Amino acid sequence: MPGLEDLYREIILDHYRNPRNRGELAVPPAHRVEGFNPLCGDEIVVYVTVSDGVVDDIAIGGQGCSISQSSASMMSSAVKGRSIDEVAGLTRAFKAMMSIHESQLDGHQSTDDEPIDSAELGDLEALRGVVKFPVRIKCATLSWNTLAEAIAEATD
Amino acid sequence: MSLDVETIRKDFPILTREVHGTRLVYLDSANTSQKPHAVLDAIARYYEHSNANVHRGTYLIAEEATAALEGARQKVATFIGAASPREVVFTKNATEALNLVAKAWGRANLSAGDVVVLTEFEHHANIVPWHQLHDEIGIELRWIPVQSDGHLDLTDLDALLDGAKILSFAAMSNVLGTLTPVEDLVSAAHTAGAIAVIDASQFVPHCPTDVQAWGADFVAFTGHKMCGPTGIGVLWGAEAVLEATPPFLTGGEMILNVTKEGFTTNELPWKFEAGTPPIAQAVGLGAAVDYLDGLGMDAIREHEIELTGYALRTLNDRFGDRLTIHGPAQPTERGGVLSFEFDQLHPHDLTQVFDQHGVCVRAGHHCAKPLMRVLGVAATARASLYVHNDTDDVDALADAIAAAADFFDF
Repeated sequence: MPGLEDLYREIILDHYRNPRNRGELAVPPAHRVEGFNPLCGDEIVVYVTVSDGVVDDIAIGGQGCSISQSSASMMSSAVKGRSIDEVAGLTRAFKAMMSIHESQLDGHQSTDDEPIDSAELGDLEALRGVVKFPVRIKCATLSWNTLAEAIAEATD
Repeated sequence: MSLDVETIRKDFPILTREVHGTRLVYLDSANTSQKPHAVLDAIARYYEHSNANVHRGTYLIAEEATAALEGARQKVATFIGAASPREVVFTKNATEALNLVAKAWGRANLSAGDVVVLTEFEHHANIVPWHQLHDEIGIELRWIPVQSDGHLDLTDLDALLDGAKILSFAAMSNVLGTLTPVEDLVSAAHTAGAIAVIDASQFVPHCPTDVQAWGADFVAFTGHKMCGPTGIGVLWGAEAVLEATPPFLTGGEMILNVTKEGFTTNELPWKFEAGTPPIAQAVGLGAAVDYLDGLGMDAIREHEIELTGYALRTLNDRFGDRLTIHGPAQPTERGGVLSFEFDQLHPHDLTQVFDQHGVCVRAGHHCAKPLMRVLGVAATARASLYVHNDTDDVDALADAIAAAADFFDF
C-alpha cells in the first residue's frame, strides 16, 4: 500500500514551499495561458516567451495543491533555456512517467515512440510516486498541459 | 444525543470496513451518503423476487414491479408533504430535475430579457442550465449575494426580483451549510410574479420537509444523499404547474398516444418519465424514506445540530486561528456541512493525509465555483455529518488535521 512518503518526497515539499520562477511576465512579448483542474479547482497560469525555437523565459502563477505547484515549479526549472523540441521530449518523458502515453492520448496506434531518457527528468523524478495516487495525476500534469498550450500559442 | 448512533452504525455495512489499517470514518455524506442494510436488501429483494418492467405487463411480477415503483412514489410524496404522488416525478438525480425545470418550463415560458434570480452559493446544477438559457434565448441572470457570515444578503431582494420570472435557490448550501429562509424567499418570488424553484438536495436528507408549507412551484432533490441509491432523483412540482409544463425527455412511457402525425402526453407524473424508469432505484429510495422515517427527521435534525455544535467547538478549540470554518456560526442556522481551510495547506494535501487515517472528506470546489470566488479561495476541504456520525468521528477528523499539520510541518 503506497504511503504518504511515496507521494510527498522532500524535494516536492521544497518546491511547494519555495516555488521557482513564480510570478508574471509582460504580455506581450510573453504568452499567457490558464489551465484548470476541474476536479479540485486548481488554477495555473503559465507565462512563456519563445524566441528562435527556445524557451527564453517562463513564469508560473495561480494556486493549487503541493503536487500541482511543485510540478509547475520543477517544470519551469527544467524547460527554461531548452529548445521547443527538447521541451516536447521532456513532456513526453514526464507523461510517460505518469503512465500517460501520447499514442493513448491521440487514439493513434502505438508507434514505439523514440526511447525516452527518463534520466533527463532530474528532480521531476520525485513525482514518480504520484502514479500510485491516480486521482492526483491530473494535479501533476496540469502545468505541463498548460505549458504545451502556451508554447503552441507562442509558436503559432 | 437524540439518535442512538451506536445502533445506527450497525445498519451501515460499509462502516465495518477498514481502510489503510484503520476504521473507516465517513464524513462525506453531503457528497453521497452511505446505504443501510434496509435499502440494500430492498433493492436485492426487488431484483430477486419481482423484477419486471412496469406499467405494461399483465403478469404477476410485472404488477408487483409496478406496485413497488408507485408505492415508492407514494412514500416519497408522504415524506415531503406532497398533496399527491402525481406531483412526484422521478428523475436521474437533482441535476436532471433542475434541468427539467429550466429546459421544459423555462423554454416554454422565458424569452429574451426575462430575469432569473439565483444565489451566489448555488451548486453548478442550479447555474449551468440557466447559463444555457442565457446563451440560447438571452435571459438575464441576477445573483443574491452571500455575506461573510454565510447568510444571504437580502437587502436588495425586491430590486433583484423586480420583473423576475424565476427565483431558484438552495434550501441549504452544499458548501456553507447555510439554511435559507425558504418561505420568505418563496413568498417574495410570488409577490414579484416569479415562480420559486428550490434545490433541496442538501435539505431533504437532513431536515423535516413540507413542500406544501414552503408553497414553492418546484422542489428538486436526489436519492443518493438520503441513504438511497444513485440513479434516482425527484422533482416535486405543484400539480397545476406540472400540468402547464411541457414534457422534457420524450419517448416511451410519457405518452398516451402516438401516431405518424404526433403524440399526446401521458398523465402526471408519467408525462415527465420517458423510458423505463429507475425501478430498483425507486424501490431503494422508498426503503431509504422508511429508514429515515423510522429514525425520525426531527431527531436527525436535532442530532446534527448537536454534532455540528460539537464539531465547531472542537475544531475551534484545537486549532484556533489556524483553522477557518466557513458558514454560519450557529448550529441551528446551518446543516452539518463544514467547509474549512487550515493554514496554508491546500485541501487536496490535507485530505490526502486524512485518507491515511481512514477519514473521508471531500476537497475541491464542491461544484460551486462562483461561491469559491466570493470566498476568495480556489477550494476548501468539506466534512459533512449524518445519522451514523458521532463525536468519535469528529475527534478523528481533528486528529487527522493535526496529523496533516505535523506531516507538512507548517
